[in-house]
Amino acid sequence: MKESRLVRVTWGVIPVVIFLMIWEVVARLKLFPGQFFFPPFSTVVIEFYYLIANGVLVKDFLSSLSRVIIGFCAGSVAGIVIGILMGWQNTVNRALNPLISLVYPIPALGWLPLLMLWIGINEALPIAIIFICSFFPVLYNTVTGIKNVDKGYVRVARMLGASDIRILTTVVIPLALPNIFTGLRLEAGMAWRVIIAAEMVAIPTGIGALMMKAESLLRIDIIIVCLIVLSVMCLSFEKFFAYLEAKITAKWK
Amino acid sequence: MPVIELKNISKYICGDVNLKILDREFLVLLGANGSGKTTLLNVIAGLIDYDGSVLFDGMAMDNVPVNRRRVSYLFQDLLLFPHLDVVANVAYGLRTLKRPSEQIKTKVNELLRMMKIEHLAARYPNQLSGGEKQRVALARALAVLPKVLLLDEPLSSLDAQSAKYLRVELKQIHCKLGVTTVYVTHDLQEAEEMADRVAVIQNGRLEQVGTPEEIFFYPANRSVSDFIGMPNILECDYCHSIGHGLMEVVCGGLPIIVPHDGNSIRRIVLFPHDIYVSDTKPPGPTLNRFQGIITEIETAQEAVRIEVKAGKNKLLAEMPHHIFEGLNLTKGKDVFIILKLRRIKTYEKKDL
Repeated sequence: MKESRLVRVTWGVIPVVIFLMIWEVVARLKLFPGQFFFPPFSTVVIEFYYLIANGVLVKDFLSSLSRVIIGFCAGSVAGIVIGILMGWQNTVNRALNPLISLVYPIPALGWLPLLMLWIGINEALPIAIIFICSFFPVLYNTVTGIKNVDKGYVRVARMLGASDIRILTTVVIPLALPNIFTGLRLEAGMAWRVIIAAEMVAIPTGIGALMMKAESLLRIDIIIVCLIVLSVMCLSFEKFFAYLEAKITAKWK
Repeated sequence: MPVIELKNISKYICGDVNLKILDREFLVLLGANGSGKTTLLNVIAGLIDYDGSVLFDGMAMDNVPVNRRRVSYLFQDLLLFPHLDVVANVAYGLRTLKRPSEQIKTKVNELLRMMKIEHLAARYPNQLSGGEKQRVALARALAVLPKVLLLDEPLSSLDAQSAKYLRVELKQIHCKLGVTTVYVTHDLQEAEEMADRVAVIQNGRLEQVGTPEEIFFYPANRSVSDFIGMPNILECDYCHSIGHGLMEVVCGGLPIIVPHDGNSIRRIVLFPHDIYVSDTKPPGPTLNRFQGIITEIETAQEAVRIEVKAGKNKLLAEMPHHIFEGLNLTKGKDVFIILKLRRIKTYEKKDL
């Protein structure tokens, strides 16, 4: 067991290390055509340190992070609550499904021009975008999860005297959790992709805005630092929910 | 525990079913797949709409929802909650009734002990074997002290050995709790072993309701007889004990030895697959060995049926195709038949 774990970690790390080495060598030997725009990895690392030390990165990172967390939490909670209602009560499902089917295909960023005019350029704007981006997929996964619960379990619970609300809370929702978590996991990463795009276009603070500023100053190293931060955040958010899901359902899945 | 009455129940295949199930009775609903057994259980439980009326102790239950009927239903696919461990599964009904937690604990432990699954308490359903799941599901169903227990082929997915033990335990539990039980199966042996009374159902109609003996010795009609395996039913002319727990009964001129200790025998039943037919004189003692003549050979899909006239009796024997092909049997031929001693069923009473 121990060795297989070691092997797994090695396979995860070695290709990345090799890639970084090639990057460093290519940049230092100026092999890359537009080498002016291609800093070596070591320069990026040093810039990473400076950006953290002088607080610029931290400030922008925290504003992006807080937007993602607030928007994502609000969107997910709303998605889960309405999803449970739609999955459980067919009337609600029939009433809302046509509306949601119409709105769902619009990409979250498609709302940006409209929301810029409605909300204005302030903190509420990115949060609203993230809310929309999280809400629909979580909603869909929740509805699917609730609907996919074997009706047999509902029958058994009812036979054992359980009321509807008890069946919902003790049987249906727990059994729908894996599906709900799939939605959360996918959207946790997606929220970061969307916030960056929104900040690049419309909002003057955050990682995305920092990237745009760096672009105008031709600071490739800063752009790469931002991309690394973004990649790490997407990954760790997704992993966090995968871990939560495994933790909750490991015993019976 | 209630007397259950079904009055003019119609649903799906079932048409106009009337049935009275007695207090504390273990009634087996016996029928082929698709004959309407499960439908009747669902009607008793109140899981589906139906025409007609279901009465518990004379009270119409038709408008009482399933969670108020005090009925426990052990579904064929068990449906243990996968996200709850064994204790939580068994306790589910008790928690629903908002019993104090001490009481729930005591009750659950008692049930786990009764079903002999204490060692599984902390396991989840995906870590249980088929037989263990069966026991957990039964414990969960019994936890809520149901007045009526409905069992839908609960042992069909088990191996023969586990099923045998569980049958015995199920019967013991039934005696102990005295809960009115309806047990659905297509297995004749199961029905015979467990039932106080058997209700034979075919194509949604109750063909016969009676004790297992009545079903075997006095099948009401051809359809029941077919279902229980077309037994040869022989009237006894006279009988006498020959000691060692054996009795000689004479049926239509054949002196048949049966293991029996008690009063005179009135009828015996021989199943076709318990009669050997041979074209050569078999070795061994001449006990229950007779000569006869083949009057009919019928090839069915699953076996070959051979009618042999022996004494004044026409006996139906049955054998698999490959054995039939190894023998040289033709219509009109003289043959030997052997009746399996231990497989002969005997019936004492004269009238029903």
